[in-house]
Amino acid sequence: MITEHTAHEPDPNPQPLSGTGDDSLPGSEPIKIETRGLTFHYGHQQVLFENNLDVGANRVTAIIGPSGCGKSTHLRVYNRIFELYRNQRVEGKVLLDGRDIFHPEVDLLELRRKVGMIFQTPTPFSLSVFENVAYGLKLHYRMGRGEMAERVEGALHRAALWDEVKDKLNHSGTALSGGQQQRLCIARALAVQPEVILMDEPTSAIDPVATAKIEELIHTLKKDYTLVVVTHNMQQAARISDYTAFFYEGRIVEFGLTKKIFTRPDRKQTEDYITGRFG
Amino acid sequence: MKERSIGFRRNIDLVVKALSGLAALTGIAFLVWILIVIVVKGLGAIRPEFFTQLPAPPMMPGGGLGNAILGTGIITTLATLIGVPIGLMAGIFLSEFGRDSFLAELVRYATNILMGTPSIIIGVFVYVIMVAPMGGFSGYSGSVALAIIMLPVVARTTEDMLNLVPDAVRESALALGAPRWKATVGVVFRAARTGLVTGSLLAVARVSGETAPLLFTALNSPFWPRSLSEPTANLPVTIFNYAMSPYVDWQAMAWGSSLLITTVILGITVLVRTILGRRKTT
Ligand SMILES: Nc1ncnc2c1ncn2[C@@H]1O[C@H](COP(=O)(O)OP(=O)(O)O)[C@@H](O)[C@H]1O
Ligand SMILES: [Mg+2]
Repeated sequence: MITEHTAHEPDPNPQPLSGTGDDSLPGSEPIKIETRGLTFHYGHQQVLFENNLDVGANRVTAIIGPSGCGKSTHLRVYNRIFELYRNQRVEGKVLLDGRDIFHPEVDLLELRRKVGMIFQTPTPFSLSVFENVAYGLKLHYRMGRGEMAERVEGALHRAALWDEVKDKLNHSGTALSGGQQQRLCIARALAVQPEVILMDEPTSAIDPVATAKIEELIHTLKKDYTLVVVTHNMQQAARISDYTAFFYEGRIVEFGLTKKIFTRPDRKQTEDYITGRFG
Repeated sequence: MKERSIGFRRNIDLVVKALSGLAALTGIAFLVWILIVIVVKGLGAIRPEFFTQLPAPPMMPGGGLGNAILGTGIITTLATLIGVPIGLMAGIFLSEFGRDSFLAELVRYATNILMGTPSIIIGVFVYVIMVAPMGGFSGYSGSVALAIIMLPVVARTTEDMLNLVPDAVRESALALGAPRWKATVGVVFRAARTGLVTGSLLAVARVSGETAPLLFTALNSPFWPRSLSEPTANLPVTIFNYAMSPYVDWQAMAWGSSLLITTVILGITVLVRTILGRRKTT
């Protein structure tokens, strides 16, 4: 009998790389995002050089590297949020489920529904907890109050926040604690039923206890979503991710199974960074 | 080279502290002085008729400035209805859409100049573009003149307040798939709403005592305001006329009007402070 890997029944163990040294996942790993030859310019300054990266479906891919090496820039291509600013230019290909996200027929708002994003500092809106989560829902779906309430509750459950806020759904989202605010943002992103969730240093502004909660959450989320997490904390990358990409000066120096990157990296630069010799 | 003594430095420090403290006190002293004079001289005029009756002829007892109070209310309200929305939109352009575009730089520069333009020039300008072509002074032209004065104030405070909203908040709304305008109205505006309200209130306070622009536009009238296409009674020009008059009771009315305007402006400023103060605690 042939078993197929569907998005919702991932192989519990990430597959090792073929070891050829190229930046692609082995044939058996379903790929969610495929990046080829990605370069990025801020005005005349080039900050990404020929990035190739495969993001495995239902995996957590960590992006590590010293500050200023282009981690955020790379991540911000996936949902095309960089297009908000003038003078930011991208070349190369990014395929989501095999389809070019820059194709003129791509519906940008739909792309952003599919590819959610969590930021370094929590960004609750000046709305109630409920309205925060309902915000994205209202953008993309029409539904009655009952269904809306159900979906909001569902998203808060999945973000492991429901028990803490169920009695203050009408309180302002900005009045929650930092860690709760970040999980509120995760709930808000989950509510629109995304497929990919991008996180840019999601715990760097949050205390250790709240960080642990979010790391745990990331673990449970990969059952249903593909996650790409930028972090400057290497222990965190080792704890949460299946694959790790090491960025340095705009290039992807090494990409592979997290286990391998952190125990037997191929490149000297990777080893130096991981052992704390620089960065 | 000789080292300076510590004592010398300490003394300089003391002198600078004392001088700056004195300067600060001078500002406060004048404000208090003005307030005291206005209250002492104006309080006598504030009687119920002051708010409800038409002015009495000189030397006649009684009468009030009900028409001027109503007229100022109407002219300022209309000016707010014109100036605030346009100023808000301009501020949105500066902070959200134009940002560092050439056009935005130009608009910013222009608003700075407009903000520094003496209000009498704006009065003359509106006289030329509205009063003369329309063949007479009118409340409408007064509102337009005040709106022009409000415009740069509202535009710049709107820009400042929207700039206080972190980019990550805008991006969060867009990253959820919100179109730009929805992110601006539903999220950025909400985050900045207290600031926007206070900016508009400050603009109202700014124009509520303006005299020169009204002198060339709304002029004044001894009657109740009937139509804004006629000269319209208003407080600042009334103060101007009455204060210059030789009649003691008119002068008293001018003091009363001064007290009223000052109270309104103070009231608005205090309101703004409390709104902003409350925002900090939430
Ligand atoms: N908006 C911007 N305009 C110009 N240069 C930028 C901008 N954002 C980032 N950069 C530059 O691009 C490089 C990569 O930045 P970034 O992607 O933020 O790095 P990281 O997230 O790894 O710290 C840095 O050199 C940074 O100075
Ligand atoms: Mg970054």
